[in-house]
Amino acid sequence: MRPFSYTRVSDPATAVEEVASDPDSAFLAGGTTEVDLIRIGVARPRRVVDINALPVSRIEEAPDGGVRLGGLARMSDVAAHPVVRERYPVLARALESGASPQLRNMATMGGNMMQRVRCSYFRDGDAACNKRAPGSGCAAIGGVNRGHAVLGTSEHCIAVHPSDAAVALTALEAVVRLRGPDGERSVPVGDFFLPPGDTPEREHPVEHGELITAIDVPPVPAARTSVYLKVRDRESYEFALASAAVVLRVQDGAVAEARIGLGGVATTPWRAHRAEEALVGAPAEGASYELAAVREMREAVPRSMNAYKVELAERTMVRALRTAAARAEGVG
Amino acid sequence: MSTVPHRARAAQVGRPMDRADGRAKVTGAARYSAEYAPPGTVYAVLVGARIAAGEVTGIDARRALRSDGVLAVLSHLNLPPLAAEPHLLPSLAGAAASGQSFFPMRDARVHYAGQPVAMVVADTLERAGHAAELLEVSYRAEPHVTGLEQGREHAYEPERIFAGFLPGRIGRGDVDRGLAEADTVVETVHRLAANHHNPIEPAAATAQWQDGRLTVHDSTQGPTATRLTVAELLGLPPSQVRVLAPAVGGSFGSKAMVWSHPVLAAMAARHVRAPVKLAVTREQMFTACGHREEQEHRFTLGARRDGTLTAMRHHKLSPTSPFDDWTEPSLEMPARMYACPNHEGVYRLFRANTMTPAFMRAPGEASGMFVLETAMDELAGELGMDPVELRLRNHCDDDPSTGLPWSSKGLRECYARGAEMFGWHDRAPVPGTRTDGHWLVGTGMASAVYPVYQAMGPQRARVRLYADGRATAETACADFGTGVGAVMRQVAAAALGIGAEQVEARYGDTELPTTVAAVGSAGTGAIASAVHTAASALREQMVARAVADPASPLYGTDPGRVEAAGGRMFPQGGSGGGEAYTDVLRRHMMSDAEALGAWDPPGADGGYAAATFGAQFAEVGVDPDLGLVRVRRMLGVFAPGRVLNAKTARSQLMGGMLWGVGHALLEATRMDPGSGRWANASMGDYLLPVNADAPEVRVEFAEVEDAVVNPLGAKGVGEVGVVGASAAIANAVHHATGRRFRDLPITIEAVLGRGQGASA
Repeated sequence: MRPFSYTRVSDPATAVEEVASDPDSAFLAGGTTEVDLIRIGVARPRRVVDINALPVSRIEEAPDGGVRLGGLARMSDVAAHPVVRERYPVLARALESGASPQLRNMATMGGNMMQRVRCSYFRDGDAACNKRAPGSGCAAIGGVNRGHAVLGTSEHCIAVHPSDAAVALTALEAVVRLRGPDGERSVPVGDFFLPPGDTPEREHPVEHGELITAIDVPPVPAARTSVYLKVRDRESYEFALASAAVVLRVQDGAVAEARIGLGGVATTPWRAHRAEEALVGAPAEGASYELAAVREMREAVPRSMNAYKVELAERTMVRALRTAAARAEGVG
Repeated sequence: MSTVPHRARAAQVGRPMDRADGRAKVTGAARYSAEYAPPGTVYAVLVGARIAAGEVTGIDARRALRSDGVLAVLSHLNLPPLAAEPHLLPSLAGAAASGQSFFPMRDARVHYAGQPVAMVVADTLERAGHAAELLEVSYRAEPHVTGLEQGREHAYEPERIFAGFLPGRIGRGDVDRGLAEADTVVETVHRLAANHHNPIEPAAATAQWQDGRLTVHDSTQGPTATRLTVAELLGLPPSQVRVLAPAVGGSFGSKAMVWSHPVLAAMAARHVRAPVKLAVTREQMFTACGHREEQEHRFTLGARRDGTLTAMRHHKLSPTSPFDDWTEPSLEMPARMYACPNHEGVYRLFRANTMTPAFMRAPGEASGMFVLETAMDELAGELGMDPVELRLRNHCDDDPSTGLPWSSKGLRECYARGAEMFGWHDRAPVPGTRTDGHWLVGTGMASAVYPVYQAMGPQRARVRLYADGRATAETACADFGTGVGAVMRQVAAAALGIGAEQVEARYGDTELPTTVAAVGSAGTGAIASAVHTAASALREQMVARAVADPASPLYGTDPGRVEAAGGRMFPQGGSGGGEAYTDVLRRHMMSDAEALGAWDPPGADGGYAAATFGAQFAEVGVDPDLGLVRVRRMLGVFAPGRVLNAKTARSQLMGGMLWGVGHALLEATRMDPGSGRWANASMGDYLLPVNADAPEVRVEFAEVEDAVVNPLGAKGVGEVGVVGASAAIANAVHHATGRRFRDLPITIEAVLGRGQGASA
């Protein structure tokens, strides 16, 4: 572990200034990923600015019927919040299916959005990895890639995005609020995660020193019966091999609204636009779901060990759609 | 059973008793080997090779040495020579027990990724770690061999395996003739992934020199093994090496052998003239303490129409290190399980760029019995016979490999009790027909077996009784989670005739009477027998003193007719007329009395074969759409002879069965073919079952008496719980789905039919 200095700040303006002014500095929130990465030498800040004391950890109902999640709100607090549970079960469930209770008590929503990939080659300082060392290559493409992405990949990176919560937030069309040296701005979640393309080292349209102060979740009435389904080898404490966040509204036996996020299969929290398009107006039945799922995965690029993910993602989507439809009908 | 004194049958032995160290271990109060820091302790960090084959061409330590707090950089360029060559030898032998015939940092050669190539010592752990990053090691890489496909062409048949203890080829009868006589032949190929132990406490050693004597806190299954190994490799008299291991956080075989790190810690401590702590990191644990090797089994089973086995052919291919002919003995117990007249077992090895693999819980039995017991399930299906019935048809009262009678068995009762308790006979007659929502539900069973290994040489213990009525029982052994400490208290109490609460167990220190490492499920039996011998001797000593003392109410009584219970000695047949131990001690001005006991394990030529048998049952749910397999319930019925502590024995067996869940469904260390390094060397990527995966697990005992194995009749429970568990699960998956999965682990992609291991 490389030596670094540590500063604790208590207001957002100072936090932003401290980090923005020094390219070798980094924010520290829950630290559940970052401290690990510092220990193994993958993250190498010279200065760590602890932002845990900033007043941006509240969970507030918005006047429009949505909810504002503070950037420092802990995953466990968001998952337990009655408004989140009632209006966005997809988010509560996604949060609860991630990590372990101890980690969820530490990890923040902002940190969750900024978490790094779990690719073992990214974490192995000596392996080729364009994300960690641009231009060095991608060891995962010819290596052990059972857990890697089949959507949104490039020849430079196939690391899967690890977040569950971000998948739900993608389906909910949340908005990330940033504060930087030049003031505040908002980025829709759909634009917040960059596919690797030729620059896998660049994961977000976030400037150095910009801070996530909040995540706004808009009102989505149909989300009250939303579903998050996560498939993994073991029953708990593992990243998704495939997951689906589904918001579905059914009217007169047909799909009136569909928002689908996919996790575990793509380089970003994946919005299944193709599937959604295929679904809207179609009969709310298994055949429509299967068609939509196949359409979404048509452009998947499987690698040596992860071809199963194409089918698994389809089936996960179909199962989640069936469950969501049953729930939506149950509500009437 | 005549050899067990009736006192040992007193309520003390067998009853469930909490581990004395349990609370300390689960609350974090227990101190492990990396938690001792004598004044002035400094920290060593190992630097592992980043190539799998080749040599170190240079070590530039200038930046590392200039870094704050750095005291030394040791490598093949300056490491002092060893006093002796390390030789692989199981620690059960009671001698120096290196885990491999190789010691790192003696030349520039790199044999495997992760092989220590340098060691950095600094005043803090963080500074040592930082300097290790600054160390510039350059390599010349050569092509490496790490996988079965690379090694298959170069495989050879070893003369002996398992450190020379077992032959490379076993057999009886004529397999070709047996197959010709068969009405049905089942042929299977199985590929089993490499596994790592992953104990919760990684290995660590803290070494301190004082006046030429060495003290090592080592995380080990055998303090004596560490002492003897460190002493031999450093050229020290064993009496000058003290090894302490009062708390050990699990091992599963990873600490059964002695690896280089306690020796390196001692070398570093001598070099920098300060106590040195060397903690192996979680990632380094994947290349520091051995593993269960990747393996391929080819298996042929022939049977007559009535189920009688006629032939068994079992070939195994696996990688070993450049230094040792190691393979876990997967063929031994399957060969001895059923009455089959014709058997051929052949090990084939190839040299790979790996460290020498090692013992891992049920080494050989877990893998070999998976193969046999899933093939038996296939055979039962082919014959249209119930799997339990097929096994009963081939039950053997004698060891078919030697013809010797089993010292005790109890397997028929295990099958019968298990089948009844599990509701085995209610299973659907046709596979793939029972559903529960999205789930297909099935059941499976398998036999379990684990041999009784005996320590070589006498096992010693000391029991001391104080004038206040309290006692201590002492041996050098470590309690790494087995509960042997509680058993020591119970056994000593039973032999003395006092309450177990009055006895304190002391262990984990080579200054205490010598016992071998607790390995091969032999530890508790050996240690308990030593304590039993010592406590019995102490009782006899006290009785002799009383009957010879005119002031004693027992004066003149035949010592053979004196019993002890409740802290009192009294004439047989009644509790009156005697006196308390404490009375005798006080009257004789004795603050305490003690006895050393030595128990000589029976030799291998005792005229009996010995093993613990059991029967495993499992129910699984399979979600065929999503590829999920979840175990719903498990039942294991075992016949381990005398159960010394019902609670710790049950826990051991239950833990073993849960290991079966991992073996069947999750555990796989995956090799990165390009780099020759393990690709998932972390607890996040190497998947173990978590609590949410743990089904209802029931453990039952079938009572058998064993008058042969040791004076207590205890056969061992540490490993048999995992044997057959993965086979029962795989057989249940077949019953649920109608599809056979022969490779382990059974992954989601295999169930989806989209990956390795997908079978018919």
